[in-house]
Amino acid sequence: MTGIDTIRFDNVSKFYGEVLGVNRISLTLSPGITTLVGPNGSGKTTLMNLMTGLVQPSRGKVSVLGLEPSNATEFFCNVGYCAQFDSFPRGLTGFQFVLDTLMLFGMSGEDAHGLAAEALERVQLDASAAHRNIAGYSKGMRQKIRLAQAIAHHPRVLVLDEPLNGLDPMARAESLSLFQELGRQGMHVVISSHILDEVDRVSDRVVLITGGYLIAQGNIHEVRQEVRDKPMQLFIRCDRPDLLASKMFAVNHCVEARLHADGRGIFLRTGDVDQFYRLLNEIAIEGAVKIEAVAPFDDNANAIYQYLIGSDGSSL
Amino acid sequence: MTELIGTLRQQPWSLWWIQFRRFARIEIRRNLITKRAWWIYFLAFVPAVIIFIHLLIDRHQPSSMTEDTNVLAGIVQFYYVRLGIFFGCLGIFSRLIRGEMIERSLHYYLLSPVRREVILLAKFFAGSVSSVILFVFAMTLDFVLMYIGYGGAGQDFMLHGPGFGQFQAYLLVVTLACLGYGSIFLLLSLMFRNPMPGALLLWGWEAINPVMPSLLQKFSVASYLRHLMPVSVPAEGIFALLTVETEPVSAWVAVIGLLGLIAVVLVYCCFRMRRLEIRYATE
Repeated sequence: MTGIDTIRFDNVSKFYGEVLGVNRISLTLSPGITTLVGPNGSGKTTLMNLMTGLVQPSRGKVSVLGLEPSNATEFFCNVGYCAQFDSFPRGLTGFQFVLDTLMLFGMSGEDAHGLAAEALERVQLDASAAHRNIAGYSKGMRQKIRLAQAIAHHPRVLVLDEPLNGLDPMARAESLSLFQELGRQGMHVVISSHILDEVDRVSDRVVLITGGYLIAQGNIHEVRQEVRDKPMQLFIRCDRPDLLASKMFAVNHCVEARLHADGRGIFLRTGDVDQFYRLLNEIAIEGAVKIEAVAPFDDNANAIYQYLIGSDGSSL
Repeated sequence: MTELIGTLRQQPWSLWWIQFRRFARIEIRRNLITKRAWWIYFLAFVPAVIIFIHLLIDRHQPSSMTEDTNVLAGIVQFYYVRLGIFFGCLGIFSRLIRGEMIERSLHYYLLSPVRREVILLAKFFAGSVSSVILFVFAMTLDFVLMYIGYGGAGQDFMLHGPGFGQFQAYLLVVTLACLGYGSIFLLLSLMFRNPMPGALLLWGWEAINPVMPSLLQKFSVASYLRHLMPVSVPAEGIFALLTVETEPVSAWVAVIGLLGLIAVVLVYCCFRMRRLEIRYATE
């Protein structure tokens, strides 16, 4: 992956006076959906602001698709940032807000109108609302108009700071589906969100950060496997969970077993997932237990967050 | 040098010009048409109200025209340059960047594909246009109200006498005052979270500047403007400090000197703008 396809942080640190923003972050993000995960004040927004030039690194270098934010003309044609600041220039309608931004790209009025209308349609903000003053918008509508402004010029990199805040479940699902579509189109979509369960489903990779330090990064499954000190939890649906549990406990990598409420499955914790799968295969071949399904149970951003950062990600 | 010229030629000047105009249009729309600027309108038009009352209640004898001309010169020198334009520009120009930071909306512009220098210069241009339109209009109104009561004598003073020349000189003074104070307040707003203490210091500096050494006088807007005043106001006591010309220089030197000062301030503003960070939490 070359520098012109990636977002790169090379040993980047940011200090706000004596306060640490982020420290020694080296990170390369390839196209797809990346979720930044971390508690409040962990440095997620600082990373996004560094990426888009709203703050400058105290040390190190940030480049996005080989471009630097100081080259604003080219940089912001490729990058859209939906920041979490819930404020707007005064006295504008939603449509004017998006249109004003597009006009600054140097395009014709006709093209700008077309792109503004398209962006509003993509975020599903209806036309009557778009022509009302933003001051009268609900929080969800303000979130949508910010998203529309960020995607209107068809950027290759979309940075979204808490984009699901204030959205109702339906709008959240629509936004996630939009992010997925953009990710499939080969765009970089970098999201920070505290709604881990939802972003987990669409993310190609996670970046875990706490206290300004990068804890882990990569595909969720890879990151989970790297967390070796936490036994992996799996759910096995089978006809004889009690027998399966006893066979599993005969080996020492299995540390916990818990019967599912319906009696037709079992949660198992294992310290060695490779050995576990080998044993499970043997049991399946023996035929004593009929295994219907096996699924990792803590192979998600929420669980990884809990293991690596310490608190429950859902309560962020 | 050839390399520099080559690099300059390669820059997207036409795009920057389009962005500058569009940005300035957005800013002028927001600067001029806002209820929040009521106090600036008040500052601009309060002399017009007083002159209008004078028009209604005073008998305008031709012999009192010289006195009224001096009063008008005093209004420009003591009121507009020292108070009205000074604080009006403080309101307009310090809002351009700092106001947007307080309202947490500056990041939208910093995230647009516009060079920060273009953003800054467009904002300065918009602020200048807004303040010049406002104060030139207010001063024109002052002129009209001051001499309309004299009827034919007033018309003759304006069209065939020294009136029109004085009017042109005041237009130049007002325009340069807006640009000069505007650039400084823009810089103060880029340097400090609250530009007001800096502005008050500048206000004091402008007042005591005539007694400063000649070199320091060059760092004052009012000192340049003093050389452009078409009418000397007979001032006494502390007011004499505001009108005294310690080192008379020609008008064009004063204009070029002030434009040079504005250019230096704007270059430094551009430098600050490039390093500006969005940290709304600290605002």
